Amino acid sequence: MRNPQLNAHGALTHLLTLEGLPPDVIRSILDTADPFVSIAEREVKKVPLLRGKAVFNLFFENSTRTRTTFEIAAKRLSADVINLNIGASSTSKGETLLDTVDNLVAMDADIFVVRHSQSGAPHLIAEHLSAHGRNHIHVVNAGDGRHAHPTQGLLDLYTIRHYKKTFHDLTVAIVGDVLHSRVARSLIHGLTTLGTPEVRVIGPRTLLPAQVGALGVRVFHDMRDGLRGCDAVVMLRLQNERMKGALLPSPGEFFKHYGLTPEKLALAKPDAIVMHPGPMNRGVEIDSAVADGERSVILPQVTFGIAVRMAVMSMIASN
Amino acid sequence: MTSRDDHLPDAEATLVALAERMRGAVAFDAAFVGIYSGGAWLAERLPALVPGEHQVGFIDVSFYRDDYSTTGLKGGSRRTSLPFDVNGATIVLVDDVLFTGRSVRAAVNELFDFGRPARIELAVLIDRGGRELPIEPTYCGARLTVARDLSIVLSRDGERLALGVERSDG
Repeated sequence: MRNPQLNAHGALTHLLTLEGLPPDVIRSILDTADPFVSIAEREVKKVPLLRGKAVFNLFFENSTRTRTTFEIAAKRLSADVINLNIGASSTSKGETLLDTVDNLVAMDADIFVVRHSQSGAPHLIAEHLSAHGRNHIHVVNAGDGRHAHPTQGLLDLYTIRHYKKTFHDLTVAIVGDVLHSRVARSLIHGLTTLGTPEVRVIGPRTLLPAQVGALGVRVFHDMRDGLRGCDAVVMLRLQNERMKGALLPSPGEFFKHYGLTPEKLALAKPDAIVMHPGPMNRGVEIDSAVADGERSVILPQVTFGIAVRMAVMSMIASN
Repeated sequence: MTSRDDHLPDAEATLVALAERMRGAVAFDAAFVGIYSGGAWLAERLPALVPGEHQVGFIDVSFYRDDYSTTGLKGGSRRTSLPFDVNGATIVLVDDVLFTGRSVRAAVNELFDFGRPARIELAVLIDRGGRELPIEPTYCGARLTVARDLSIVLSRDGERLALGVERSDG
């Protein structure tokens, strides 16, 4: 069966997940993002690639940051951007997901950027469009359930490549709530596809998926062991609702064992970079001294995220 | 496949002829901005051949092309790099082969997104005719007539430039 993300010529037409995406497609997205980074330095921060195209941000789940970066990316490509906060409108009136999509297609949408709490929702939309012969309309997954967040994975890959140049001799650790993290899943698939020799996940048993080893990662429950010799440390956000559940004793206890402090970071390589997808919980998963420290690349990640999203949208729109 | 053609002029000699036409005519402080990739190689070489104080920049027009919706983004886009203030500058766009004029149109549009130049001129190694836009070179190394389905391609081996002919796909 053909990968639903690729067209008959093997070119990217939707971005739904990094799982199963060929390495040369991932590399070409990262390469395309590179010249987009410098557009922010121009007097006119726009290029005319998507002039006349309509990008619909379909956010069935809240996310200010991701929605904003997609919006900026689309606007820098000269597209028209329509933001729909669906949670507060159609679905509450009982409209189904695909009916909502069909209505927006009738409004001449070219790209759907979809965030949904249900895993697989963007995939369902892509299949629906394809089943109705609408191959000129493209879908970008902006995060679905616990499944995938491919543009976050790509911007993490871009950040690592920017600072470390290559993946072939790297050790990368992903720390914290891997169980609920679509960011972690996308990054793990991306790192292994690009040939990273050692990807580690570090966290308590209650916050690591049971079969996580099957993704090709090394599992550590002791953070100090897991950080030794790392080139990049990716901290995950501990979601507030998890702290209220039975998975964790308390935020203070979590910080003691899995919070990134300067003392723990000293175990990684001296030039290791620290990443976080945001929003951060200071004093829960990361110490302020690390978040604001000289090895933190958390804010460059945000900047690179815009360029990566520009690359994805400009590539799919032409395929 | 690139083949050498007896009718093609020598690239190095044509570059010298182009520089000869620019000498004295081009502003002393004009910046040379090469269009990737062939034009970039020429822009790097020209300051040594044309007297003056010429800064060098490079421009990638992939994001400004008018055929994006049909041909998409080709891989290997490079960063546009203009290490000087475009506002008020005299700029000579440099390209290897002038054909339809569409790359030059894209490059002029892109320059204006960096500022408002005082003047833009155009220097090309080869003018092969076939224009689809009202664009003419200010300085030209040589003029040739070539069948429309053939492409003239500049290649570089070390520092040495060479011209070849390729059959265009489709």
